[in-house]
Amino acid sequence: MWAILSILVENRPGILWKVTNLFRAKNFNIDSISVGTTPDPDISRMTITTNTDEKQIQQIVKQLAKMIDTIEVKQLDEHKTVYRELILFRIKIKSAQDTMEINRIASAYGGKIHDAKKESIMVELTATPDHIKSFEELLKPFGIIETSRTGIAALQRAGT
Amino acid sequence: MIKMENMIGAKALMVAMEKEGVKQVFGLPGGANLPMYDELSKSNIRHILARHEQSAAHMADCFGRVSRKPGVCFATSGPGATNILTGLATAHADSAPMVAVVGQVPVAMIGRDAFQESDIIGMSNPCVKYAFQPRAPAEIPEAVKKSFYIAETGRPGPVLIDVPKDVQQNEAEMTFPDVVKMRGYHPWTDPDIANVERAIQMLLGSEKPIILAGGGVIIASAFAELQAVAEMLMIPVVTTFKGKGSFPENHALSLGPIGMHGHAEANKLMIEADCVFALGTRFSDRSVGTFEEFEKRLKIIHMDVDPAEIGKNQTAQVAVVGDVKASLRIMIKMLQQKAFKKSDDNKWIKHVEETKDYWRKNLKIHPGEMSAAKILRKLRETIPHEAICTTEVGQHQMWASLFFDVIQPGTFFSSTGLGTMGWGFPAAIGAKVARPDVPVVDIAGDGSFNMTENSLATSVTEGIPVIVFLINNYSYGMVAQWQRTFYDRRMIGVDQKGCPDYVKIAESYGAQGIRAQSLDELEKAIKAGLKSDVATVIDIPIDPEEDVFPFVAPGTPLKDMILPS
Repeated sequence: MWAILSILVENRPGILWKVTNLFRAKNFNIDSISVGTTPDPDISRMTITTNTDEKQIQQIVKQLAKMIDTIEVKQLDEHKTVYRELILFRIKIKSAQDTMEINRIASAYGGKIHDAKKESIMVELTATPDHIKSFEELLKPFGIIETSRTGIAALQRAGT
Repeated sequence: MIKMENMIGAKALMVAMEKEGVKQVFGLPGGANLPMYDELSKSNIRHILARHEQSAAHMADCFGRVSRKPGVCFATSGPGATNILTGLATAHADSAPMVAVVGQVPVAMIGRDAFQESDIIGMSNPCVKYAFQPRAPAEIPEAVKKSFYIAETGRPGPVLIDVPKDVQQNEAEMTFPDVVKMRGYHPWTDPDIANVERAIQMLLGSEKPIILAGGGVIIASAFAELQAVAEMLMIPVVTTFKGKGSFPENHALSLGPIGMHGHAEANKLMIEADCVFALGTRFSDRSVGTFEEFEKRLKIIHMDVDPAEIGKNQTAQVAVVGDVKASLRIMIKMLQQKAFKKSDDNKWIKHVEETKDYWRKNLKIHPGEMSAAKILRKLRETIPHEAICTTEVGQHQMWASLFFDVIQPGTFFSSTGLGTMGWGFPAAIGAKVARPDVPVVDIAGDGSFNMTENSLATSVTEGIPVIVFLINNYSYGMVAQWQRTFYDRRMIGVDQKGCPDYVKIAESYGAQGIRAQSLDELEKAIKAGLKSDVATVIDIPIDPEEDVFPFVAPGTPLKDMILPS
């Protein structure tokens, strides 16, 4: 089962390490992680996704909540949550035809084109992991040179 | 009252600890904690010199277990700090309140692989409840206040304070807070009344209930409450090994510890029960073996102060999160208001009594005069009920579990979670410092005692007399037993070949060394130890082939318990 965990932590050096060290020590796996400060400069938000069984997710949530440096730990309901990830692709270009085709796919997915060169093109996409996956499938035939992704940012919808 | 004062960091450390009521620290000085030691010499806090940092940590650990206030240990940076890691891990595994203060290289040197630098914050992370590294002297008072608060509240545990040398030496204006708050730390939860009610219903509705009391009962000092609930509902009590002595073992409802080397009657009845009321336990593998076989028909009520323990190793039908003592008090109140009737013809209790009676009469023990069972029963007869016992780790520890009945709750302590050899003797010294008014006995094995026997120097020079009840088979006996049982008697690395002579070891430290080769000699030796002003090592040679039974092989269910043939 896929889970999105949203964790508010004290914004101090070493906290990210403590959280990831807990995952390691308890033999839990991290799929993606993103960290950033919140409007309160003393608090950071970590968004961690993990893929494991229900029982283990409950245990992860409890172990995280037990940490003294965590202020709030929530498992977000995927269906009531807006979650997005940003990915950058660098793709091989062999012809002008390729550039046009990639432009077409990107605009269909709401992606943006950056750094269009003769031999490669960079595409930015902000989407759910599923969309990113299908987008990636469409780009594969052109030849993906490299990618960089941010991990998921997620907020639950108000009143849910 | 918040008072501002100028002083150096090391002095602030002493002042803050005095405010916490610290009367003594166990430790060793070194280059990076000299400023602390200099201020310690000017303070009202007693220093007890350990001869190895690991022992200092074990002393502080057991001082904390016995007094239920954090014990404090000091060590220097680098190897001093890494030497206490085993002590931190031991205290963490057994939820013991402890504050370890170590020196560190100056702030500007951190990360440069300086002499005697170790990243102790990084190394200790998984085995401390929390760690502080004050980077400025003014941070020390709050770090100390928070350390004690964290160490002793909720589920207790060890806290580390890593103090760079310049932070100890430099002066600052100090503010000593009276209270501290941490928004991410909530050690108390309100008693869970609805679930206590559900627990009562489940217990009343079951035919063969059993109480499984864990170490949490001892930590919460919930002895009277446990006994009241057991007696009101007429429920037999088994314990985990850590919970040994949470319930008087001479009580009619007491069945003793379950587990790998649990009492036969406890293991047998545990698997017959239809409802387990588990208190302050994590369902360790050593206690429950494999649970799967009977858990389908078994209803479990789990009461624990740590919400993360609920469902970690065992799924419970009813979970009561909260302090065990407070939760049991609510249960007692509810039971007092309830009109319930347990039938006079209680078949389960009858069966429990018969089973207990059978095994107490029929469990085969080693035939020799100096068998583990006989010498431990002799110890029980000879020392008062209020005497505190610690144990080392190994066969003797399991024999103590089987043959040494704890009558007064909360007088038995052991390294049960981490299973740290060498723990028992320094722990006994820590216990004696906490309770100088009662005799303290380390029930020891030779292999384990050998690891920290140099604490005899601390015991003798600091005037902290304890008895080492040394069950000596000149062997790492538990390993030897496994080699005999699972490795076709291919013995390796277990024979100590009669070395050293523990009577001479004791004498060389200025302690009393007595060899006891008969039960009469043993009784005399114990009595001599009880009267002695210095430590007494009673060397008790036993048959090196004596095994511990019953025995549940690792990874097997309790029902497959191996009995002596």
